Amino acid sequence: MRKFKEFIIEKLIVICGLASIFFVALIFLFLLKEGLAVFNTVGPFKFLFGKSWYPISEPAQLGILPLILGSLLVTLGAAVISIPIGVGCAVYIAEIAPAKTKEILKAGIELLAAIPSVVLGFIGMITLVPLVKSIFHLPTGLTALSGSIMLAFMAMPTIVSIAEDALYSIPKTYKEGALALGATHWQTIWRVMLPAASSGILAAVMLGIGRVIGETMAVMMITGNAAVMPNNILVPVRTLTATIAAEMGEAVVGSEHYFALFAIGIVLFIISFAINVTADLFLHKRQQ
Amino acid sequence: MRNPYRTQRVAFFFLLLATLLIVIPVGLIVVVIIQKGLPAINWQFLSDMPRQGMRAGGIFPAIVGTLYLVSGAILFALPIGLLAAIYLSEYAKDNLLTRIIKLAIVNLAGVPSVVYGLFGLALFVVFLKFGASILAGSLTLGIMILPVIITTSREALESVPQSFREVSLSLGASKWQTIRHIVLPNAIPGILTGTILGLGRAAGETAPILFTVAAFYLPRLPKSIFDQAMALPYHLYVISTQVPNVDEKIRYGTAFVLLTLVLFMNLVAIIIRYKFRKKKKW
Repeated sequence: MRKFKEFIIEKLIVICGLASIFFVALIFLFLLKEGLAVFNTVGPFKFLFGKSWYPISEPAQLGILPLILGSLLVTLGAAVISIPIGVGCAVYIAEIAPAKTKEILKAGIELLAAIPSVVLGFIGMITLVPLVKSIFHLPTGLTALSGSIMLAFMAMPTIVSIAEDALYSIPKTYKEGALALGATHWQTIWRVMLPAASSGILAAVMLGIGRVIGETMAVMMITGNAAVMPNNILVPVRTLTATIAAEMGEAVVGSEHYFALFAIGIVLFIISFAINVTADLFLHKRQQ
Repeated sequence: MRNPYRTQRVAFFFLLLATLLIVIPVGLIVVVIIQKGLPAINWQFLSDMPRQGMRAGGIFPAIVGTLYLVSGAILFALPIGLLAAIYLSEYAKDNLLTRIIKLAIVNLAGVPSVVYGLFGLALFVVFLKFGASILAGSLTLGIMILPVIITTSREALESVPQSFREVSLSLGASKWQTIRHIVLPNAIPGILTGTILGLGRAAGETAPILFTVAAFYLPRLPKSIFDQAMALPYHLYVISTQVPNVDEKIRYGTAFVLLTLVLFMNLVAIIIRYKFRKKKKW
């Protein structure tokens, strides 16, 4: 009897072990199931590179290029801000900060990671948006730049914690060897530790950027949501994620618009899948 | 020749600057929300229904809705996540399958939250015909927090020394008995940490519940798990972007309650982990 019970439990454990694969596949399947229908009316090429997104006009125009560019622009801005700051902070925490400060800083970074994106969006609306408006004398502060700054903060916890891990896992002998040869602490960091941790840091950056591309609420609240082709960083844009979040509520289940939003979901899923797999390869390379 | 020590001083200054550029805004965000949100908090705000199209009254149904959603998500995700973690730490061999499982977990963690919303809509709301309901929202959130729970629980299980298992097995205990009576009890603080972090994540997310459960304005409590519900993060989104002329106090008050809830959970998780690390017997 006991044997039978254990047999059942162990089978259950195996099933749950496989659950993650099952759920990833399930997500992808359901996105495909609902999203592929859009290609009955729009060609895939026209969908990805069409320049106008008017999903409810007659006939509907379903080109997501402005949305892709919006996402790219905001992401690029966030990357430019968050990569140097994030990696710098990781180096500071891993190498320079005294033990006590280190614990506090790490807790602070964790705190930042925990703040819900809707709260960051709310704060951004109230503080950052008016600031951007008055600095650049714009008609509205709801711009790609505001979105980039806010998103940089959401990427930083990821970048800092993974890059710090990468620096921490370098064998201590590397550092000791460089110092023993008379290099200063900074020379050791710059010439020995950063190159040694480079694949881990690259993974950190990629995962940070992955988080930015997928971020929804804060972006929707502060980038102005204009689905037009952006020409610079000081205009309102709309991202892929924000489009789904803003329009799905009104789309009728089974309509062309509904299918198109799911097709955007497929695009997002593929982007995040590619980023995560590549980042994982980099992290794996480090361990070998 | 350049003085390497001066270069070092300059470099370290910039590293410190980078750190401050992250830490100070975080501190400011928290301080501003506490400063402006705390005065809005009173018993009435917490226990009253929203009134006059959310421009007055309290946020009680949003708090209750979030509590329901979070409990539902954890009820679903904890058993599956824990068993998956046991599989990975105790049963999985170092082979291709394990590698694929780990990759799937990483991907599950990386799927954009709004895509979870789409998935929940397609599977639970439309395909399984749950409708926009607490059940659909909880399951969506549950799948979303699964990777958090698996990863932290697995770390907790793996940090239990191998010798504990060996002793138990050598005394004639079966594998499952060893896991049940030796490994699990020693990993409980870590598992608890992961669970609480998952709870915090589920409480703060908006995008996955947008189309699966969230009600714009529903000034009553949900009656069953097939009912729609209000939720704190969605409510904050609604009153700060969708409804004009909401008193700033109400907005800050809602942000304060949400932030407090989420940060409190994270703090508890951090404290448990810290205490556990100190007390570790091995």
